[in-house]
Amino acid sequence: MYSTKIVKAENSSAAVQAIGSSKEGKILAGGMTLIPTLKQRLANPDCLIDISGCGLEGVEDKGSSVRIGAMTKHAAVAESSLVAKAIPALADLAGGIGDRQVRNRGTLGGSVANNDPAACYPSAVMALDGTVHTNKRDISADDFFKGMFETALEEDEVIEAVSFKKPEKACYMKFPNPASRYAMVGVFVAKFSDGVRVAVTGAGEEGVFRHSDLESALSSNFSEEAVSGVEVSSDGLMSDIHASADYRANLIGEMTKRAVSS
Amino acid sequence: MSEGIGASVKRKEDRKFLTGKGRYTDDINRPGQVHAHFLRSDVAHANIKSINTKAASAAAGVVAVYTGEDIDVGGPICGWVVPNRDGSATHEPPHPLLAKGKVRFVGDAVAVVIAESLQQAKSASELVEVEYEELPAVVDLETASAGAEIHEGMAENRYFDWELGDEEATDKALKSASRVVKLTVRNNRLVPNPMEPRAALAEYDDLNDSYTLYTTSQSPHLTRLVLAAFMFQIPESKIRVVAPDVGGGFGAKIYVYVEEAVCTWASKKIKRPIKWTADRTQAFLTDAHGRDHINNVQLALDSNNKIIGLRVDTLANLGGYLSAFAVAVPTYLHGTLLSGLYDIPAIYTNVKGYATTTTPVDAYRGAGRPEATYLLERVIDQAAREVGMDQAEFRRLNFIPKDAFPYQTAVALQYDTGDYEPALDKAMEMIDYKNFESRRSEASKRGKYRGIGVSSYIEACGIAPSAVAGALGGRVGGWESASVRVDPTGTITVTTGAHSHGQGHATTFAQIVTEKLGVPNSSVELVHGDSDRSPFGMGTYGSRSLAVGGVAISKALDKVIEKSKKIAAHLMEASADDVEFKEGKFTVSGTDKETAFGEVALAAYVPHNYPLETLEPGLEETAFYDPMNFTYPAGTHIAEVEVDPTTGVVEIVDWAACDDFGNLINPMIVEGQVHGGIAQGIGQALLENAHYDENGQLLTASYMDYCMPRADDLPSFKVECTNTPCTHNDLGVKGCGEAGAIASPPALINAIINALSPLGVSDMSMPATPETVWRAIQNAQARAAE
Ligand SMILES: Cc1cc2nc3c(=O)[nH]c(=O)nc-3n(C[C@H](O)[C@H](O)[C@H](O)COP(=O)(O)OP(=O)(O)OC[C@H]3O[C@@H](n4cnc5c(N)ncnc54)[C@H](O)[C@@H]3O)c2cc1C
Repeated sequence: MYSTKIVKAENSSAAVQAIGSSKEGKILAGGMTLIPTLKQRLANPDCLIDISGCGLEGVEDKGSSVRIGAMTKHAAVAESSLVAKAIPALADLAGGIGDRQVRNRGTLGGSVANNDPAACYPSAVMALDGTVHTNKRDISADDFFKGMFETALEEDEVIEAVSFKKPEKACYMKFPNPASRYAMVGVFVAKFSDGVRVAVTGAGEEGVFRHSDLESALSSNFSEEAVSGVEVSSDGLMSDIHASADYRANLIGEMTKRAVSS
Repeated sequence: MSEGIGASVKRKEDRKFLTGKGRYTDDINRPGQVHAHFLRSDVAHANIKSINTKAASAAAGVVAVYTGEDIDVGGPICGWVVPNRDGSATHEPPHPLLAKGKVRFVGDAVAVVIAESLQQAKSASELVEVEYEELPAVVDLETASAGAEIHEGMAENRYFDWELGDEEATDKALKSASRVVKLTVRNNRLVPNPMEPRAALAEYDDLNDSYTLYTTSQSPHLTRLVLAAFMFQIPESKIRVVAPDVGGGFGAKIYVYVEEAVCTWASKKIKRPIKWTADRTQAFLTDAHGRDHINNVQLALDSNNKIIGLRVDTLANLGGYLSAFAVAVPTYLHGTLLSGLYDIPAIYTNVKGYATTTTPVDAYRGAGRPEATYLLERVIDQAAREVGMDQAEFRRLNFIPKDAFPYQTAVALQYDTGDYEPALDKAMEMIDYKNFESRRSEASKRGKYRGIGVSSYIEACGIAPSAVAGALGGRVGGWESASVRVDPTGTITVTTGAHSHGQGHATTFAQIVTEKLGVPNSSVELVHGDSDRSPFGMGTYGSRSLAVGGVAISKALDKVIEKSKKIAAHLMEASADDVEFKEGKFTVSGTDKETAFGEVALAAYVPHNYPLETLEPGLEETAFYDPMNFTYPAGTHIAEVEVDPTTGVVEIVDWAACDDFGNLINPMIVEGQVHGGIAQGIGQALLENAHYDENGQLLTASYMDYCMPRADDLPSFKVECTNTPCTHNDLGVKGCGEAGAIASPPALINAIINALSPLGVSDMSMPATPETVWRAIQNAQARAAE
């Protein structure tokens, strides 16, 4: 990596200030994505702003939703009894990210901010009608994810927490890429009193997306048969050395069925 | 004896490895050391128009920058060549240490930057300006002959065009056959991925005008030979090569690569020690890859379903440069194995080796033999299916009968011994073959397709009888050396030319000493991997360490015993002919006289009462052993799988392996080797593939994209052995390091085809990824619907 300096911020406004006073400062959360990028010299920030001391960790029950601090580790979400009770699917999702080392370092905020098209969390934020809380504003899930590795975040914006609505029922089904074990296709199905939300990760050319055909089919009939009745199109899906768009379309249907019947 | 031959002694070396105390090349640091970073080509094929190193040379911390124009010594050489069909020789284009005028694969070393720190070297290398004139990449093996010229004057990008066997007799068999079974298979390209990446630390000694090179090598003596005699043209005694702890090799660490040679060469120029350690990306791009064949197979059957002929036409992708044993792998380690364990009267094979603008390809665990086994076991399976015979019974019908040994194959080798049916029977029993159909129907009720696949294999190990290797184009000997030094207190130091990088030699070799001398394992020290400390040796590859190196140790021990008997005879005032040695004690037959091995050792070094007129003092013996023949481990593996038709995911539900490795020294280590080999074979069959795009970029150059097998991809293996001891070495051993990787891929692919055959699926390519399997199911269903 190129040499750089590290600043430890005490709160998120200090972090924002540090970004402002650097040329190309970058927030450092768990470092699981950022550090490998630096080691390969794919980025050359003049400053890293460590936000581990900003008090952004923890899980809170907010009644109809669960609010999780941006710096909360995947392992903490996986092991949280609050999450396990309120949204077990979210705890399962966190427990299935990467390996133990990654789960003990990687954070919710880092995952959401990075918006890797194969990451798991973005599908939960979308399907659970989540809200991303930053130092400046609250951003709804539908407005937050803007395409591969793109989000609504501005240069001087730090994610402080993410809220997830509590569903009646939810399930995340991940078909892992055999090599990286990120999602080759991940489907998060959440059933609310007023309808079903289905978010798909790992498959879309523009990153995570909601599947409206599956949502309307499942909203009227929450069953495997309803899923079978939907022709999942391969339009807009990724084709790469691991899977063609056709195959990903098949997996979306399959993973949705499994999520519904689980 | 609980620590002798046949005991599952725990591995001595594991304590240090498991507690993180191993000492690898990168752990070694020398005073004044600097760091090398190689600037590598990011294009697959190009002329180099110019290289400007000015800015890099002036950058912070930079000690030196060199390009191909600065290098005045030769590059890596080819260790094995074969004649072409038309009598001409293998084309051996030069391989410069740093690219000269042209780059031939992504990763080709273009310049080296040496600096005080690695980060400085990397930063400076970004300032080197290289102007490339890009040429078309040559990636596809089938069309490589029509691609852009890669090496000047090498027609059709072909390194060689070799044949073996009787073409006329084979074609006659194919014509007269009642059935010809045809199959084309591709053996996918693999990246070896030893856990420890390659590394080198070179130091020049100005006073002696000599070099020391620490490096990650499976064969340090050969590295010294090649560096001194062929590249640098200096006396061999001027280079010491040390391969300390090495974290796996699988073939990729046999050869001398450009990086260690450049570091050694430059260490004299700058008179400072130079370290280089590959990161994982460099390992993916530059460690010699494995496999990458296309085989066209035709198998002739008579009306009784007996095999009467086999023709195999092979294309081998050897990459941008010819690596040391690249020629041997698809020819003599492949063509000679085409008889498998079957009685096949006529065999012919033609192999064409091509250059492409990809990473060089060479030996990888099994080297040629997995490719031979794969095509053979696939076509045998297809033949059984076509004639409607059970896959196991078709094999049994065609096995070489046990009374036919020694058996001369139609492709040069003579198998000394073997008995193939017991291993087949045992494997079938282990997996409960006879009740498979009920498991299949139970699975289908759960919506799964269940299949069972057999693979019976043979390999030629114990590489190699020197005279045979020489006659076939090998440029090195195949013997091994050992010396046994008995210390005055009776402890033993064994030095061997074999190199341990995961095989457990310190344990296995000590067991041979324990068995023969009656001393405990803890009294035996193994020295290896240092050209200054052990006699010249050939290193470790081709499952040779025990079958050649172990036998050399046994022979040196015999010499020690012979001399000890003379000393004991003197001490006991008896005739040496009457002295017997057993379990560490010398006795005189017909008397109650005895003396311990330790007393004899002491007498040898404190020769107060010693036959000095007729016998030298001391107790240290060296033996060189050159095998008479290869050894021929063989056996049967059976895999059972379940396929989920909705996703194409293959789950391995059971695995039975029954191997004949001859006598076992340490059954636990043998089982471990089998497990590791099967894991690599499963990797090849289901997960691994080096994927190049049409521009010659390796798309699978990290673990994000290249899929290594993990523990949860594997079932629990059932491993058993049969034993027909090797007839031509003292220990009766055959070798077990590669068997798992050789046997397993066809067992698994055959099992998948077997699972899906009710749907009409008859072919499956490697790796059988979920999408590949799903697509085969989709296509079969579409065909059925027509
Ligand atoms: C081996 C491995 C396997 C993995 N497997 C999976 C998997 O299966 N599924 C999955 O979803 N992910 C997986 N990941 C990714 C993992 O979840 C990462 O932890 C995550 O993508 C990034 O989180 P981090 O805390 O490490 O962020 P960092 O690497 O520290 O940062 C990532 C990016 O986000 C920015 N950022 C971080 N926090 C904030 C914030 N609060 N506000 C604004 N910007 C911020 C950083 O500036 C940086 O650009 C894997 C990673 C590895 C290394």
